[in-house]
Amino acid sequence: MERETRKMKESKTIKILKEKFPKDILKFSAPFGDETLLIKKDSLIKIMKFLKENPELGYSLLLDITCVDYLGEKPRFELIYHIYSFRLNHRLRIKTRIDEKNPITESVISLWKNANWLEREVYDMFGIKFKNHPDLRRILMYDEFEGYPLRKDYPLRKRQPRLPGLE
Amino acid sequence: MKADFITTKLDYVLGWARKFSLFQYPFVTACCGMEYMAAACAHFDIDRFGAGLTRFSPRQADLLLVVGTVTQKLAPVLRKIYDQMTEPKWVIAIGACAVSGGIYNNYAVVQGIDKIIPVDVYIPGCPPRPEAILDALIKLQNKIQNQPQAWKWREKLGK
Amino acid sequence: MAEKIKKRRTKKESLLLNMGPSHPAMHGTIRIMLELDGEKVLNSEVEIGYLHRGFEKTCENKTYFQVLPYTDRLNYVSPLINNTGYVMTIEKMLGIEIPERAKYIRTIMCEISRICDHLTCLAAMAMETGAFTVFLYMIKAREFLWDVLEQTTGARMTTSYIRIGGIKSDFPENYKQLIGKAVEETRKVLKDCHGLLTKNKIFLNRTRGVAVVSKEDAISYGFTGPCLRASGVYYDVRKAHPYLVYDQLDFEIPLGENGDNYDRYFVRMLEMEQSLRIIEQAVEKMPRGAIEIKNIEEILEPYKAIQSARVKRPTQNIKLSPNLEGTEKEKYPYILTDDKKYIIPPKEDTYTTITGLISHFKFFMKNHGIRPPKGEVYFSVEGANGELGFYIISDGTDKPYRLHLRAPCFHIMSALEMMIKGGYVADIIPTFGSINMIGGELDR
Repeated sequence: MERETRKMKESKTIKILKEKFPKDILKFSAPFGDETLLIKKDSLIKIMKFLKENPELGYSLLLDITCVDYLGEKPRFELIYHIYSFRLNHRLRIKTRIDEKNPITESVISLWKNANWLEREVYDMFGIKFKNHPDLRRILMYDEFEGYPLRKDYPLRKRQPRLPGLE
Repeated sequence: MKADFITTKLDYVLGWARKFSLFQYPFVTACCGMEYMAAACAHFDIDRFGAGLTRFSPRQADLLLVVGTVTQKLAPVLRKIYDQMTEPKWVIAIGACAVSGGIYNNYAVVQGIDKIIPVDVYIPGCPPRPEAILDALIKLQNKIQNQPQAWKWREKLGK
Repeated sequence: MAEKIKKRRTKKESLLLNMGPSHPAMHGTIRIMLELDGEKVLNSEVEIGYLHRGFEKTCENKTYFQVLPYTDRLNYVSPLINNTGYVMTIEKMLGIEIPERAKYIRTIMCEISRICDHLTCLAAMAMETGAFTVFLYMIKAREFLWDVLEQTTGARMTTSYIRIGGIKSDFPENYKQLIGKAVEETRKVLKDCHGLLTKNKIFLNRTRGVAVVSKEDAISYGFTGPCLRASGVYYDVRKAHPYLVYDQLDFEIPLGENGDNYDRYFVRMLEMEQSLRIIEQAVEKMPRGAIEIKNIEEILEPYKAIQSARVKRPTQNIKLSPNLEGTEKEKYPYILTDDKKYIIPPKEDTYTTITGLISHFKFFMKNHGIRPPKGEVYFSVEGANGELGFYIISDGTDKPYRLHLRAPCFHIMSALEMMIKGGYVADIIPTFGSINMIGGELDR
């Protein structure tokens, strides 16, 4: 995975995180100026909680959760969280990799309530399961739908109609 | 001969009455709904053509306007709504998505609602302008005027 | 579905009611399962996804230029803001600057779209509380604004007007007069609607104290845009991360106090006035464009131009199709970036020169065209509903590897269950109207 990274000054958040969690942060990069941290899967909740509850940082808004399918790479999936701090007026991107064989990770619903639907969407589109999620089921597709449409190995035009004759 | 005269005249009268009192049920799903709204409001005013009264129950409506994309998830719903409408009933498909799936040719979208329900008038455009919607309405009115009407004693007269 | 909610039944005699997917008061298709005790909502469950059109998957199979029309159809009430969001994300990747005039035009177009969106939202909300006159008035104002859009872009709604590297075409000659008229008419309508609603006792009783969202809840549910500001949080992407020319214009961000339906209504009303202010300032400050083309008699039909170009390049201007008005070659430096790689060459060049023809083909050919460098990028603009963010991963080819949209109303809709809980059935629809759900954006 080659990514263009421009040299730029690390923000305050990154400094604090690097001091506090030296072992959990795998990589720091800033493609196109967006600060990005790749962290270990198991330390996700720990770091998120710190980011949200530390009075100096205060990343209280969860902007987005999404996933990317790097078919052929190992581990295959990458979960991406965008969070925002009103205090610092700063956006941060947290990434973590998830294996295909065991696509399960911890839910952040205890920290942010909108994670409920966002994680359901990731489950619906990519088949990644979230531990401790209260109501993990399909949200955009219907229950009869098989497979996960946004995975790269799902064909674009493979239809699974609910009425006969709609293929 | 006599029976023929009566049926055609009665058909004509019934057609005339029906075409100017279309009760519509808007099945609005997506973008075209905005243009439908524009067509229904003061600037374009669909009421001028006798289709101003929107019925919010399919059981009271006789014109189904399918406005926007119909997805696989929504297909059974559309079928159900069509089945709930009483005869005689007509359908207008508004917008490219309802006509053929439009620019969305993928796993989620039904490629044209005519695979689910019969359609009388198709309006292309993404979205169609309000004028196009009014034009389709006039075309449907012509169709209603000229088609044989269903009425109670028709079969008794042997037609 | 039904079993699930049945299991959660709190009272024995409660009634299950199904609202939607095709309900007359639903803006689009959405299903709400309600558990009622008389008129009170005990529990509810919201089901979405009826308009899931596979936006993200489709975009992964299209080139960067082809994605543009799909962005129109996300939030179809304000397509120009979606265009701007997508295009500026790509521009951030490519690192290109656009001309000053194009920035101003984009700003004006964004603000017109924002007003249209708020008008539609409030019109529907007012209609659902029984004020049908407001609905007619507001749609009337929207028509005046759409006239500006139509004259400039050639389409009423799905315009694809904002292009990578600039905009499609310049304003028409009489733009000042056009915009002036639209602004004036909208002001009138806003004044009328203020008179009809703002202090109307029926409207106040229906909306005040209904579906209150506290500051903490709003942030926790990821609210952005007018709904967040109605709860009293000062956050607007236009101020927090200024883009285009918003930092050079003077405008305010209205804030609410209680976060109820009335505040959401009122914040939108005030925001429209600020948007009108922005439009007026931007029209005043906008740098001048190209001088209009003279000698109209000497216009050449395109096929004649192609014929004559085989012998000698024609000197006359070429007649362009009416929908390319404003896209003349003279106007290019004012509306599009200098970098020829990322823009469509002017039609005059395509018809008459070989380099123009080649660059035209290269722009549209497979594996050519716009190819941003490898990497991932997130960029957001202030959409009409809140922060509209695009997250794009490029793998160096001409198609995005992954394109994800941060849809503002997805987050707001996830709070609907919380908002209607404990309220009355009749309040569901105005609440639903006040958060302005747009199907195309919600389900993508």
